[in-house]
Amino acid sequence: MSDPGAGDGGQEQKPATGDDEARLNARLGALNEELESRRGEVAAQSATVAAPTGRAGQGMALRLATEFVAGILVGGAIGWFFDGWLGTSPWGLIVFLLAGFAAGVLNALRTAGVVAESPARSRLEGKK
Amino acid sequence: MELPDPIHQFEIKEIISLNLGSTNISFTNSALFMVLAVLFGCGFLLLASSRRKLVPGRWQSSAELVYEFVANTLRSSAGSEGMRFFPLVFSLFLFILMVNLFGMVPYFFTVTSHLIVTAALSVLVIGLVIVYGLYRNGLGFFSLFVPHGVPGVILPFVVFIEVLSFVSRPISLSIRLFANILAGHITLKVFAGFVVVLGSLGWYGWIAAVLPLILTVALTALEVLVAVLQAYVFAILTSLYLNDAIHPGH
Repeated sequence: MSDPGAGDGGQEQKPATGDDEARLNARLGALNEELESRRGEVAAQSATVAAPTGRAGQGMALRLATEFVAGILVGGAIGWFFDGWLGTSPWGLIVFLLAGFAAGVLNALRTAGVVAESPARSRLEGKK
Repeated sequence: MELPDPIHQFEIKEIISLNLGSTNISFTNSALFMVLAVLFGCGFLLLASSRRKLVPGRWQSSAELVYEFVANTLRSSAGSEGMRFFPLVFSLFLFILMVNLFGMVPYFFTVTSHLIVTAALSVLVIGLVIVYGLYRNGLGFFSLFVPHGVPGVILPFVVFIEVLSFVSRPISLSIRLFANILAGHITLKVFAGFVVVLGSLGWYGWIAAVLPLILTVALTALEVLVAVLQAYVFAILTSLYLNDAIHPGH
């Protein structure tokens, strides 16, 4: 009952307040757009923040350890070859092993999502 | 009674001996199971797509499930542009999955338990990332190593660590797959060996053998899970790395 009445009232008032209504509509549209974009952001954030469950979580658990170890292995190997090549033993090994350790920590944290992904990846997510 | 040698299962045997000059290119049991995995994977897909219907049957829907799964993985990590690498990622996923699951069959050889195989696969992936990244972005590809908003003083150090982190990727990619499969199969063999050794001791041994037997069953289930997971991890990391080649920062 009230709906048709309100509709009638709106139609009656339309000529008088057409300008206001247009402005109101524009504002409503803008608000809606903003709401949608906020919703998208929140959904994207919760998707990345929420702990990965099931297969993705197990996959990540398997990745963490090797990411860390690989950094140290690569650092150590490069340092060792560097020393053999330039005869700077043991300095190459020390420097590269420490850098490899840092790279390993970076790898592991990046896998866990604690450190921001490389800029390319976050930009891609922003586009979506 | 001796415990059976848990490493024996990884031995490479020549089936057809071939020599090219001084290089041994024999057809080994490893090669045989690679061929079998490829044939099996192709056969599965051909069979599944032979009777295409709008409402898929059992085979068709299982193939569609695998397709959708890999496609979603790739699209969510490398974007729609990454879909041009779908054939590669799908083949890698299916090959590793088939090879890993073949390894779960008793008396079958597990191809991915050899580091050289997994290393070759990861060199293929990283090589493609570097070549395609340079082809598509030129020298801009190297901006991958220069993160945003780092103060100029420590930038060389950060770039150095980013390069090391990049170099460690093929290592971690290959070692993860190889080590998981190798360790799993050794553990399985050792526990199964306990059952045999304890069982040969008489009736009290039979009772004691129940425990490792339960563990062997549980480990078998775990190994099937690991086999599938490792194929998935390899596929998702391949798509993440390809994403770096397509969009290398800035």
